Formats: sequence, C-alpha cells, structure tokens
Amino acid sequence: MFLIGIVTEGTVNGVGHDHAIEAEGLVKEFGDTLAVDDVSFAVPRGTVLGLLGPNGAGKTTTVRMMTTLTRPTRGTARVAGYDVLTDPAAVRRSMGLTGQSATVDELLTGRENLWLIGSLYGLDRKTTERVGGELLERFSLTGAADRVVKTYSGGMRRRLDLAVSLVATPPVLFLDEPTTGLDPRSRVELWDVLRDLVEDGTTLLLTTQYLEEADQLADDIVVIDRGTVIAQGTPLELKDASGKASLVVTVSRADDLAAAVERVRGAGLEAHVEEAARRITAPAEGLGDVTRIAAVFDGSGIEIDDLGLQRPSLDDVFLNLTGHRAEEVPDAGEDVGDSTVGDDAHEDQEVRA
Amino acid sequence: MSHTEHGTLERPEIRHTSLWHQSVTIFRRNLIHIKRMPEMLLDVTIQPVMFVLLFAFVFGGAISVAAPAGYREWLLGGIMGQTIAFAAFIVAVGLTADIDKGIIDRFRSLPINPAAILVGRSMSSITHSFIGIIVMSLTGLVVGWRIRGSVLEALAAYGLLLLWGFAMIWVGILVGSAMRSVEAVNGVMFTTIFPLTFLSNAFAPSERMGTVLRAIAEWNPISALVQAVRELWGNTGPAPADSHLPMHHPVLFTILWTVGITAVVAPLALRTFRNRTMR
Repeated sequence: MFLIGIVTEGTVNGVGHDHAIEAEGLVKEFGDTLAVDDVSFAVPRGTVLGLLGPNGAGKTTTVRMMTTLTRPTRGTARVAGYDVLTDPAAVRRSMGLTGQSATVDELLTGRENLWLIGSLYGLDRKTTERVGGELLERFSLTGAADRVVKTYSGGMRRRLDLAVSLVATPPVLFLDEPTTGLDPRSRVELWDVLRDLVEDGTTLLLTTQYLEEADQLADDIVVIDRGTVIAQGTPLELKDASGKASLVVTVSRADDLAAAVERVRGAGLEAHVEEAARRITAPAEGLGDVTRIAAVFDGSGIEIDDLGLQRPSLDDVFLNLTGHRAEEVPDAGEDVGDSTVGDDAHEDQEVRA
Repeated sequence: MSHTEHGTLERPEIRHTSLWHQSVTIFRRNLIHIKRMPEMLLDVTIQPVMFVLLFAFVFGGAISVAAPAGYREWLLGGIMGQTIAFAAFIVAVGLTADIDKGIIDRFRSLPINPAAILVGRSMSSITHSFIGIIVMSLTGLVVGWRIRGSVLEALAAYGLLLLWGFAMIWVGILVGSAMRSVEAVNGVMFTTIFPLTFLSNAFAPSERMGTVLRAIAEWNPISALVQAVRELWGNTGPAPADSHLPMHHPVLFTILWTVGITAVVAPLALRTFRNRTMR
C-alpha cells in the first residue's frame, strides 16, 4: 500500500510538471459546428478546477477530448504530463472519468460494477474486493452492494459511479456534472467526499452549471460559453472583476435611519436607502470602507444590526460576462433536472467586516 | 500531509493486462446480463422452436422434399441457418444498448485495448447463438432429425455454423454502431434477416421456385450454408444437376461467402464503430 504523496510524484513522468492537467488550444469541430474553440487552461496538482458554463457550452466535449474519448480537431491536452494525442494509453492509466458521459452497468450489482472496472484496470480480485469494500462503505452503499443497480436511486447511482472511478484511485479525476439531478442533501454529501479526495492529493476537474458548486469546491474557475473561454480566475477574482462591491448597513430602529444616512454620506460615500428594510447600500472599494464606517457609528448611539461588504455572486458574474443567466440557454434541456439549478445560486456572497 | 478520518487512500497499482484478459472480463459481464435477463435468450430458443413446430407440423405437409427421412429432418438445417444468421442481430442489439447507455465511454476511458469491447461482445454473442444451436439440435432430435453422416462431418457442419456466426458478428457491429436505438436495430434486422432467410432454401426447396427466384435463392449465401450442413449431416442428397453453382459446392461456397462478407463488412464496421464512439 502506498501513501498518496509518494505515488503522485512517481506518476508525473519524471519531468518537473506542476500541472496535472493542461489544455492547449483545444478545438473541436463537428461538421460545420464549432463546439469548442481554442480552449486553454492549466490545473496545478492537488487543486480543483471548475469548468463552468451553461448547457451546450462545450464542457462535455472539452472533457471528452481531455480524457481521450474524442480527438481534438486542433490543439492538445496533457494529463499527468502525458499527451492525449501521442500517449493516450498513459493518460487512461492516470485518470478516472465519471458523470454525464460515463456510467455504471444497470444489470450488474454495485459490487459487480466495482469488480468489472477493477478487473479492467488490472487489479487482482483481492485488491478489488478490499478497495471496493472500503469505497462502498465510504459512499454508504454497503447495504445495497449486492443489489442490481437498476434498483438504485439517482443519488446512489452517482455515488457508485464515483466509487467505480476511484477503484484504482487515479491521481487525476474528471467529473462531468457530478451532481446534476441530485437532491440538495446528496449534493452536499458528494461535495464532502470530493473535498476528502482533494485533501488526499487528487487533482479534480469538474464541470458544472451550478455556480454555487464551482464556488464551493473550485480553487480556480474557467467560464466557458459557446465553446470559448470567457473568463478564468479564482472565485474571488471573478467576483471582483465583475463590478464593485457594496457596503451594506442595516440599522435596528427605523428612527435612526435618517441620522445613519447622514453619517454614511458624511464619510464620503454615496448612500442609497431602502426604508422598509432599514438598509443603506453604498458602492465601496473594499474592507477599508467597512472599517471606516464602523468607526463613524462607534459611540454614535445608533444601533446597527448588520454591517458588511457584499460582493457580486457568481451568478452576477456570469450574467455580466455572457449577457444571459447560466440557466437560460438556447439549447437547454439536454439534461434532466436543470431547472432546479437557479435557486441555489442566488445566495448573497457576503464578506463580513 | 494532513488527512481527514478517511485520510489515506490506497492507490493500488494499475497493471497492464492482455487483450485476452480484458475481453474475458467484458465477456463475463455480458454473461451476467444474460443471467439477469434470461428472456434475452428467447430469440434463440422459443422463437426457432416455434418455427420448427410451425413448419414441421403446419406447413410441412404441403412441402415435399427429396430427403431420406422427409421434411422435418430436412428442415433442421434451414432453422440452424436462420438461427446463426441472427447472431448479427444479437451483436447489434448488445452493442447499441451499450453505446446508448454510455458504458462504451466508460470502457474507453480505461487503460484497455478498445478492441476488447468488440471481442468480448463477439464472444458472448457467439455463446448466445450457440445456446440456440444446441437447443435446436435437441428440438430436432425430438421431432425426428438425425445425424446420418460421420462424426467428423457432423462436427464440420457445426464448425461451418460457427464460422458463419463470426462473419455475422461484423454485420452486427456495423448495424449496432450505425443505429441510434435498440428499436431501430430491431426494425432493420427483422426486415432484412427474415426476407433473406425466406428467399433461400432454408424452409422450402429452391428447385421448385421460378427461374429468377431460384437463381436468387441459390446464390443467397444462407443457402450455401444450409445446403452444406444438410449434406454433412446426411439430411439431403446432392443438389439436382440443374442447380446453380453454389449448390454443387456448398462447403466451399460457405467458406468463400464468410471470407467475402468479413473482408467487405469488417473494415466498414470498424470505421463506423470508431466514428460513432469517438465523437
């Protein structure tokens, strides 16, 4: 048995690669349709990249090119240092794929699915049984292990799908919309599992149309729309790039509102008032403004419920970049369960002072 | 490195495996499918048995043949020919279902030779078809069919059926890769295989067909196969002198047809499979 740190280093081709995944000018044409147009990015080892975009944006095609399932029309990609064009076999030995374009066998039991993939990876039966048993336990599937997959719920199938990809614990994992169609609880559970994997040294690329998911899991985000990369950066960078943050002050008593507005304006900020909510909003530069305003109210006798900096949500970022929301897309409807996406994404991204 | 409670993931060594090992794994997976859905075998069990009964007892009285032991014995070779022609259908249905459900993508993302998918599928389909051949042999024995030639000739007949099955695999891969759904495969296969087997000597002797029809029937590849197994089992005499060429050399023509079909269809089938799965 190996610990992860040792093996990941060993598998990276010997060269000093610190990127587990690299896409270089990937292009895919289907006849006259340009599905993916010049997509490039790099994923440092042991990190998570979120490939974010609406249905039909080219996410799945990009993943299929990087996992050797389809040949790029132009450009190339490297996984664990191996080129998908010149050394596809080595790429397949270094990665696992799960989600939309890969699946489990419905007529086999959970355990048989693990046996099938383990055997194709060349693991001996004992190893497959041991590792498979641990994975079933970890994904809460032990009780259902000997049932035919046809009887599983959507969430159980997804968990088994992931378990199957992990039976040989590849250092790089591609997850194509891993939580599409899952209920919120299963989704959060799956996120926990993914965080554990990353902590164990796995490099993760996940595609998602859930902004919240990218925000929760990804170290870096690549936003693609209509086959091209329209933005990339950390979740925070994307939010910063998308417009100014606002300072939000909520006073406890409606009577104090006028006095509070005066003080905010006195501090040189442009105050916008919502009387019913007893809330004052002002464009702000950063946390410095929050400290300044906090000082202004200190000892003023005005009781404050809440004072904070509100950044634009990734949803706003997406709207700003593409001109349309992540969910309303021309050719949506390819996937089941998409319509439930929107609501989770609209939470406020508040950074408390 | 810090770890959570699940901390240390075991990373078992991924070993290189042979094409044979991979194919056998996929073959065993396909056999589990048959075990879970035994009704998959209906096409090679109940259906041909019904054909035997239908032709032997309903139509058989109206068809007279120049065979030592009558129509029922003569019929069996035809039913065998039809059963093994359906090997193409079995391959196509299995392959289309796998492509449709994304299993092929899963396999192709693994460090295996992609050929293992087709070899494993072929192995299980041939097994499937041969279960049918065994059931037909037993049914035949019940309704009066007998092997009257030597053991070697009898085995040669089964060998030709197997060879024919291998040629049909390529047709199955071609149709299975080209069709978008199992229903489409059903439609295409039933509208081609049934007419093809009826336009042959499988159920009625070709001697008494019209000139044009007879030429078509006797040059139909299935007729050569059926004539060959009938002769090898001693279920019919040599073809009449005015028969077309393949009927006089049925074994040779069966081999030529299988080689020909494979040579033409195999490259086409592989290209279609690649195009379908590499998208």
